[in-house]
This record gives sequence, structure tokens and C-alpha cells, in this order.
Amino acid sequence: MHTIRYFLGRLCGAVPTLFAIITITFFLVRVAPGGPFDQEQTLPPEVVANLNAAYGLDQPVWIQYARYLRGLAHFDFGPSFRYKDFTVTELIAQGLPVSFTLGALAISLALVGGVAIGTFAALRHRRAADHVSMVIAAVGIAIPSFVLLPALGLFFGIYLHWLPVAGWDEGSVADLVLPVIALCLPPLAYISRLTRGSMLEVLGSPYIRTAMAKGLPLGTIVFRHALRPALVPVASYLAPAVAMVMTGSLVVETIAGLPGIGRYLVQGALNRDYTLVLGMVIVYSSLLIFMGLVADILIAILDPRVRLEA
Amino acid sequence: MSEHGLWRTALRRLCANPAALIALAAILGLTALAILGPTLNPNRYDTLDWANIAMPPGLRHAHWLGTDRLGRDLFVRTMQGTRLSLAIGLIATAVSLAVGIAYGAAAGYLGGRVDHLMMRVIEILSGLPLIFFVIFLTVVFGRNIYLLFLAIGAISWLNMARIVRGQAMVIRGREFIEAAIASGAGSARIIFRHVVPNVVGPVIDYATLTVPQIILFESFLSFLGLGVQEPRASLGTLIAQGAAEMESAPWMLLVPGTVLAVLLISFNLLGDALRDSLDVKKS
Repeated sequence: MHTIRYFLGRLCGAVPTLFAIITITFFLVRVAPGGPFDQEQTLPPEVVANLNAAYGLDQPVWIQYARYLRGLAHFDFGPSFRYKDFTVTELIAQGLPVSFTLGALAISLALVGGVAIGTFAALRHRRAADHVSMVIAAVGIAIPSFVLLPALGLFFGIYLHWLPVAGWDEGSVADLVLPVIALCLPPLAYISRLTRGSMLEVLGSPYIRTAMAKGLPLGTIVFRHALRPALVPVASYLAPAVAMVMTGSLVVETIAGLPGIGRYLVQGALNRDYTLVLGMVIVYSSLLIFMGLVADILIAILDPRVRLEA
Repeated sequence: MSEHGLWRTALRRLCANPAALIALAAILGLTALAILGPTLNPNRYDTLDWANIAMPPGLRHAHWLGTDRLGRDLFVRTMQGTRLSLAIGLIATAVSLAVGIAYGAAAGYLGGRVDHLMMRVIEILSGLPLIFFVIFLTVVFGRNIYLLFLAIGAISWLNMARIVRGQAMVIRGREFIEAAIASGAGSARIIFRHVVPNVVGPVIDYATLTVPQIILFESFLSFLGLGVQEPRASLGTLIAQGAAEMESAPWMLLVPGTVLAVLLISFNLLGDALRDSLDVKKS
């Protein structure tokens, strides 16, 4: 009950934060020089004036802002300025399932794999397995996804013919394997290092030594007693990990030719597609804020000493 | 443990760590190569050598590490790119240090309502996807890379501020701060003379980890076509070009990719080693 009240309280607290983000973004994109209808061929001024009038860009900025907010209140992100005949809602609704599947798979794999490797390394502290996994983790952090994905594609796609190099065949699983691996490796490496560090600290604490002295089996000690407190730093890393996967998905989707929403952020900013950029920022920011909230609740569940105070 | 002793212990621990020494040597070596390298080779980064297009690496011609599609020397371009990436990493880290320390120390030391408000600002900023901010800034500033460094630094101070704030809150309760207040020092003086010098440990550690993050971020932007512009090169643009030619000319990806990976691994190892050696709990 207390957790639910806290959750709702924080959710309400996120509204002003999101509002501030929307406001900042709304005015920032309009400060940028150029407009959505600047193209290589210069359009006749009458055409530009008509376009501006059609999209309401001839109005003062405050009126545009008020209109945009009114639309948002009805979950209407407005029309895209560059993708004619599409609303931003439609564009995001088309791409989001792909991006969400990709991101969710990458985060899950990073969490499960990172915790497993980190725990294993901690149990083999200062032995070969520990050193090997930490070197792999260091490499995982240092190899950017835009190097890893082409390299994986070259090896598994072109030499071995096991998996498609790129493309999207109506959501076949094989298309997602390499992008998910490339996307999950950096957060996986971070999480395994975090887990190793905290697990080492927990394994050295007196209550674990007591459990060992009692002769409890190692599995029980690790899973029943040590894992829970050791996961606290991992939980607090959740939001940064999601941000990392989001940023990575911008390039991974492009390289792998996946029809997600990643491309809209960069293209939208370059094309001054104001509504599309705003829509993307709203989607990403909401997700980030929400993950921060989930992380705080997870920490409180994992560590009973933490009190949730709205 | 006295301050003097802390640093001496840290230095001794660092020297006893072979991985850290190798990492430090790799960073210094690459820096020296990046600065001096282009003078060792007769080619320039933007000279087109039409007689030697997409040459594989070899010592028989003047292009030690091969050339790209336009016959530009890959060694010189990679070294020039390394120099740019290092410069970006260092400048942006310095900016993020300056802003983060001042902001975090002020919030942590002043506390109360001011702290609450300042942390709220950080919360809003960290809700924004940073990549959007940088994309936007490149759009506004045009393609001026020096402003881009500043911009990346100016938005990557959030974590630094959080770390410093946490430290400053601990330090605030210590006796020497009380003594400073009692002797009539103002808040600004206390923050810069007494709080900031005492948060140096975690700050150095985090700064060492910030440099590779920013180098990675820059190469990411250049990969998206938002960073350094032709004919100048950064590791990111070189990797982007190399990835496109991966099947026919793998060295174009391998040369800059290896340099980037070595640089990033070294900074990360050094940062970890610094964290271990500055850890007061371990003695």
C-alpha cells in the first residue's frame, strides 16, 4: 500500500519535470536557425507562406506553444512537417514496437548476463576466471556498438552465413539477434563490473561468513543471502543503462536497417521537424523518468533499510 | 591518515598495479604518437595520392597503415583523429569538471532549499536524452567542433555534480568547516578553499572515466555525421568510413577501431586502478 502511494506520488511529481522538458525542447528547437521547409531547391516565398499558415507556423510562438500543449492534452503529437500525410503519433506508433522489442531484449540480456558474469567473477575472486571476465568486460565497454555490429555482421553473416547481416523481414527473430547482441554488450559489461564489486563487498561481510561457517551450501548463500543486497547498485544503474541502450539504438537501428524510431530523432533535428523531435523527446524522457522511478522502488524492495519518501 | 600519506599510499598502490602502468604507458604513447606521428610520415592528412588508392598496410610504400578510398594516408589520418579525439575528451572533461565541482560543492555545502532546487534542475536535465541535446547544439552552432567540445562538456557534468554533492554533504559536518565558519569565512571561500580540495579523490577517479565516455560519444556523433567534418578526421569518422568498406578493405576499420579500443580500455583500466588506489577503506 505504501509502495503504491509512493509510486503514484512520484508519478505525479514527474508531470512538472516532463512539462519543463517539453517547454525547454519546444523553444530550443525553434531557436535553431532554419525551418522545416528549407530544402535544397528554394521554394517560392508564397509556397513557404502557405505551408507556414497550413501548419500554424505563422502564428506567434506563444500561440503555437499553447496549441501544441492543447493537442498533447488529447495525446495528439501533431502532424510531422517532413513526413507528409503522417502524424507524429502514427510515425512513433509504427516504429515503437520494433525499438521497444530491441531495447527490452537488450536490457534483459544485459541484466541477466551481467549479474551472472559478475557473480561468477566475484566467487572466483583473483583467479583466472575473474581476470578473464573482467578483461572481457573492459573490452565490452570499450568497443562501440557501431564497430561491433558491422564486425559481427561480417563474421556471422558474410563468412558463416548463419544470420542475416541487416534488414527486417516482418519481425523474424534472426534479424534481431546481432542488433540485440551489439546493443546489450556495453551495459552488460558495466553491470557485470558493478555486480562483481558489490558482490565482493557482500561476500566479505560478517553475516555471509557466518552462513559459510554454518556450512550452508554455496548456492543457498549466494541466491538466498548475498544476491539481494548485491543487486542494489545494479538497480540504481537501471536508468543510465536504459539511456545507454536508447543512444545505442540510434546507430544500431540505422546499421541493421530496422524500422524503429531511432532514426527520427537525428533526422527530425536535422530537418527541423519540430513536432517529430518533440514527440521523440517526450517518448524518450518519459521512459527515462519512469525507469528512474522503477529503479528507486527496486532499491527499496532489495534493501529494506531504504525508506520511500515522496 | 594524513593527506600527504594518502597520496603517497595511492601512488605506491598505483605503481604496484601492472595493468594501470601498462594503461598509463599506452595513453602516454598514443598521445605522443598523435602529436608527433604526423611529422614522422611524409604524407599529410588531406593529401590525395591517386596512385595508391585503398592500399593495404605495408612498409614498402610511404603509407605504413594503408590508404583509404581517396588515397589518403591512414596512419596520418588516424593519428590526427586520435589527437582530435583526445583533445575533445580532455576539453570536455575539463568543462564538466569545472561546472560539476562548482555546482555539486555549492549544492552539497549550502544544503536545504537551495540544494533541493539545484537537484531538481539536475533531475530535469537528466530526464532529457543527452544525445538530443548534443544533436540540437550541433544544429545551432553549425559544425564548429570547438563549440561542440564545450557543449558536450557542459552537459556531461550531471553525474560529476551528484558525486561532488554527496561528498560535500559529508564534509559539511566536519570540524574544520566549523572552524572556518567560526573564523568568519564566507560560503564561497569555504566551498572553494575547504570543500573542493577534499573531494578531489572521487573526482579524479570519475574524470578518468569521463574522458573515454566523451571520446566514445564524439565518435558516435561523428559516426552519425554530426561531428567532425571532412577532410579532418576523428576516430569516429574514420571508423564510419571503415565500416562501409569492411569487406573490401578491412584495415580501414581495423586501424582506427584498434586505436579507439586501446585508448578506451586504457582510460577505463587507469580509472579503475585510481579508484582502487584512492580507496581509503582499503589499507
